Amino acid sequence: MDVALTLNGRRVKRPVEPETLLVEFIRERVGLTGTHIGCDTSQCGACTILVNGQSVKSCTMLAVEAEGAMVTTIEGLAKGNVLHPMQQAFHEEHGLQCGFCTPGMVLSAVDLVQHNPAPSEGEIRHWLEGNICRCTGYTNIVRAVRAGAAAMQRASTGGGND
Amino acid sequence: MHSFSYFRPASITEATNLLAGGEDRKLLAGGQTLLPTLKQRLAHPTALVDLKSIPGFATIRHEADVVVIGALTRHAEVAASELVTGAIPALAKLAGGIGDVQVRNRGTLGGSIANSDPAADYPAGLLGLGATIGTDRRAIPADDFFTGLFETALQPDEIVTQVYFPIPKRAAYVKFANQASRYAIAGVFVSDGPAGIRVAVTGAGPHAFRLPDFERALERSFAPASLAPLTVSPDGLNTDLHASAEYRAHLIGVLARRAIAAAIA
Amino acid sequence: MTDDGIGAHLLRKEDKRFLTGRGNYVHDITRPNQLYAVFARSPYAHADLLAVDISGAAEAPGVVGVFTGEDLKTDGIGGLPCGWGVNNKDGSPMKEPPHPALAIGKLRHVGDPIAMVVAETLKEARDAAELVTYDVTQLPAVTGVADAVKPGAPRLFDDVPGNLCTDWECGDKAKTDAAFATAYHIAKLDLVNNRLVGNPMEPRAALGEYDPSTGDYTLHTTSQFPHVVRLLMGLFVLNVPQHKIRVVAPDVGGGFGVKQFHYAEEALVTWAAGRLAQPVKWVSDRGEGFLSDAHARDHVTHAELALDRDGKFLGLRVSTLANMGAYLSTFGPNIPTNLYGLLLAGVYTTPAIHCAVKCIFTNTLPVDAYRGAGRPEATFVLERIVDVAAREMGIDRVEIRRRNFIPADAFPYQTPVMMAYDSGDHGATLKKALDIADWAGFAERRREAAARGKLRGIGLVTYIEACGLAPSRIAGQLGARAGLYESANIRVHPTGDITVFTGSHSHGQGHETAFAQIVSSLLGVSTEKIEIVHGDTAKIPFGLGTYGSRSASVGGSAIAKAVGKVIDKGKKIAAHMLEAAEHDIEFAAGTFKVAGTDRTKSFADVVLAAYIPHDYPLETLEPGMEENAFYDPVNFTFPGGCHVAEVEIDPETGITQLLAYTAVDDVGTVINPMIVEGQIHGGVAQGVGQALLENCVYDPQSGQLLTGSFMDYCMPRADDLPNIVVATEVTTCRTNPLGVKGCGEVGTIGSPATVINAVVDALAGYGVTHVDMPASPEKIWRIIRAAAPHAAAE
Repeated sequence: MDVALTLNGRRVKRPVEPETLLVEFIRERVGLTGTHIGCDTSQCGACTILVNGQSVKSCTMLAVEAEGAMVTTIEGLAKGNVLHPMQQAFHEEHGLQCGFCTPGMVLSAVDLVQHNPAPSEGEIRHWLEGNICRCTGYTNIVRAVRAGAAAMQRASTGGGND
Repeated sequence: MHSFSYFRPASITEATNLLAGGEDRKLLAGGQTLLPTLKQRLAHPTALVDLKSIPGFATIRHEADVVVIGALTRHAEVAASELVTGAIPALAKLAGGIGDVQVRNRGTLGGSIANSDPAADYPAGLLGLGATIGTDRRAIPADDFFTGLFETALQPDEIVTQVYFPIPKRAAYVKFANQASRYAIAGVFVSDGPAGIRVAVTGAGPHAFRLPDFERALERSFAPASLAPLTVSPDGLNTDLHASAEYRAHLIGVLARRAIAAAIA
Repeated sequence: MTDDGIGAHLLRKEDKRFLTGRGNYVHDITRPNQLYAVFARSPYAHADLLAVDISGAAEAPGVVGVFTGEDLKTDGIGGLPCGWGVNNKDGSPMKEPPHPALAIGKLRHVGDPIAMVVAETLKEARDAAELVTYDVTQLPAVTGVADAVKPGAPRLFDDVPGNLCTDWECGDKAKTDAAFATAYHIAKLDLVNNRLVGNPMEPRAALGEYDPSTGDYTLHTTSQFPHVVRLLMGLFVLNVPQHKIRVVAPDVGGGFGVKQFHYAEEALVTWAAGRLAQPVKWVSDRGEGFLSDAHARDHVTHAELALDRDGKFLGLRVSTLANMGAYLSTFGPNIPTNLYGLLLAGVYTTPAIHCAVKCIFTNTLPVDAYRGAGRPEATFVLERIVDVAAREMGIDRVEIRRRNFIPADAFPYQTPVMMAYDSGDHGATLKKALDIADWAGFAERRREAAARGKLRGIGLVTYIEACGLAPSRIAGQLGARAGLYESANIRVHPTGDITVFTGSHSHGQGHETAFAQIVSSLLGVSTEKIEIVHGDTAKIPFGLGTYGSRSASVGGSAIAKAVGKVIDKGKKIAAHMLEAAEHDIEFAAGTFKVAGTDRTKSFADVVLAAYIPHDYPLETLEPGMEENAFYDPVNFTFPGGCHVAEVEIDPETGITQLLAYTAVDDVGTVINPMIVEGQIHGGVAQGVGQALLENCVYDPQSGQLLTGSFMDYCMPRADDLPNIVVATEVTTCRTNPLGVKGCGEVGTIGSPATVINAVVDALAGYGVTHVDMPASPEKIWRIIRAAAPHAAAE
């Protein structure tokens, strides 16, 4: 069967088997490999993407369940060469080391700020329960999310002056 | 995963017919338990019948003195619902503590209870509030619903459609999570409401259950101190890598007292 | 001069590709005509493997090949080698049984690979792997070292009595016994260092390719040291000459030691690619990772510390049983011996030390290095028993450490267990850590917690470690079967842009930034003009790879040495251009200058002259500007520091919350403070994980792995940890040109003992002297209940 969805603003349609996972659709059928697979029990969150704006684990969703959905992966976050404020914050706060959990971590953080524009440290740590990082000890990730949230706020309120 | 067929019915009748239309077909709701099970090749359904396209299946509404939550309502929606947070904040808090954010964005009420995972949170909420489970053919009191390890009173082709939660005067849920999986090692839901005083436990036994002697003690006085003389027997409780039955029995007492304290706070 | 050289807080050059999803991990690489490999693995911990039936799998749809250990034998494929031979205390060699890439005749652990199925799709390979059947006779299994050494224990290898791989010792037994005979007090401690699984977030993967027209093999693999994989795989396993193998480790999603071994899967996909003349790819999933990655730690130890009346340490004796698993992994026997026993002096002047270690085979995954590798275990023993001694003697925990420190003016300092520490100031790191952690204010915080019904504890550790592995001469004496130098190549392009080729692979450590900073400082060139290339044997002269916190001190020093050669050549060219004597040329801040004059040539001018040698001393000097260096360190480096942890225990549930963590480390020269801080954060988190959350558990009867997924093996999450506070207190290393010591492992080395010292402190009111890791809620609850039955029953 075919699955058609909007991936990072582009309509894509690919044939899939019913058992094809959404992460397999994205990585193997479309060829966007920024979405990673770090476990097989829905724990690690490396495969986190946004489906209709909400963070989900793309390893725990069938491609057919995303029929017609708006899907954002890490490749869809930057505007051209300009990083999304959350990506930029991870860069500036050294919120990544090996980079493997990073796509899922960034997208999870973006979803957090959609719900909570100015999260506290505790709220960030709790929100990131579904994303495991083995490199950073999370200290800089938390810093990055706070900075990214502030930058997203500035970006969303800063454009309306003229 | 092994191969299977996939159906996306538009009505409950169609879903029921599809489910009955072949061997080993399974319903798919949020998929947060089912898909990991299939990925590990622990189940081999021939087809999945996806309920998510059925209209009106994911609504939350207020009816007289109950909150009615559609079976396909996601945990995140319950947690964020103004109606639920206003009427039964303990239930919203319970939903907001299931799994993690991503799981809550997919997992559903109906899927969770139909699975009757011994460590799931919702069963404690349903038992602890005296909820009623509505299906495509009948209403089942929560007290009769959870029958065993991953077993419920549902017929093989029966579909949960909604759950009726009586609005309590006061209620709270406290869980002690497995540090790895974040499932409940033990979770206790207490309430004082139209269904009486209820104390329900999840995570500790083969399925969620109530503690009648705790309830009787609380009927005399709804205060943590009422539970002080009571202990829980470890007999029949789960023992696993993370917690012995003895520890779980102890935790139930601690969590129950904390839940009461939270409910009256 | 540039402002982005050594010491600069420079944002990482490698970040952008990771932040935009353009990292290139092995799993991301797909080749035309690629096949997929899946391994059928042993469900038994111990069994005679009588027959393997591949007929069902071979006939399954899409299957291209099914291979067993017999096929490998027929093809002359060798077993996996061990890279380190550790002798018994009598000088005889360790037992080193063969480690077949696919099992032959016997299955020795759950997960032992039995057959490799190669098919056109991953699903077909998985389906077919389920069809591989085998006849076995199950045998009794043994998974714990204490059981494995008992008389009559199941034996893994016929020719390894008592499952004893090696019976090793270090130090002076007679001198230590004599010290104990004079002791005023002897503290004793039995402890277990829990088994861990490293779990880098990227599961291992390998993609083998073969070009029949040239006979060239290419392997892309998730490795910390591609050159060593090429060497071990080509020489010992596949019998393919080095120049016909290219090994590439592209972006690698964390290693922590787990990816520094040569694994069967990477050799087998390479071999199968040759057999089938098609690319063959294998990607582990997490569950398979638990059953195929080398595990870590797993010691059972008895330790005794002898003290005089004033609490001065007179002698230390330690005896340890260390689990090797079922086979020797690449560095397995080195970890609990050289990297453990030789660190037991710690930061103290203990004059006599004896350590006896028995390395034991069991029916478990091979055990090898994981971040810290031996040194966290040594620190745990020493820093725990120091706390025990302090409490028993009524001496303050800080004071007893101060009394025994090697004084700052005593360096270089020769310990009784071989190591010669070059530098350090442990009193300074201690003071700084206590200040930052507000040690003095703890009593008040404890009172406040008690008012809330919580048990608050504080703990500290003062530690030292040896890294920068290693002087080849010493390593050779200790049993290393390779040199442990590092290589670098500096290619200065005609434009003055620079490419640096290093054998130190980066998988999160930020080499692409930090190494550029080294070159920037030495050459006065902006880091924007410098690119670091690593991870490809076709590009890099040689490399021993990334482990043991050696990248800065050994890899970085190799780069510095190569830069030195560039500068030396530049001086010759500048001398010619400036018509001066070579010895009169100075180089600083990117400029060659005739000493004492204002006559100069910029680095760019000199480079250009080297590539356009119109006016150039061609009779004495080659054109071009590219230099190679191999650097072999003269000593280990010795980072050290003081860590402080503060915990709160809920006595009703037994759960421990880590509230604060302070790490003050002496890592030598700091190349990039941001990266150093990040490395320490991550290291601490892994050590905290061991102390509070992580535990790899086998069923002692069946030998089944009980913690085979993240559902049961607890990885630290963001809400398990506080902000980790990091500071440095630098004494520069005296034995390498950069003055660096290393920062990759310090966090993991100090933190397990620090956290447990805090947990024990919190429980001190119950008479608790030790808690084994992890300090899990039920364990703590039982300790409290046993000490105070009335309190627990309420």
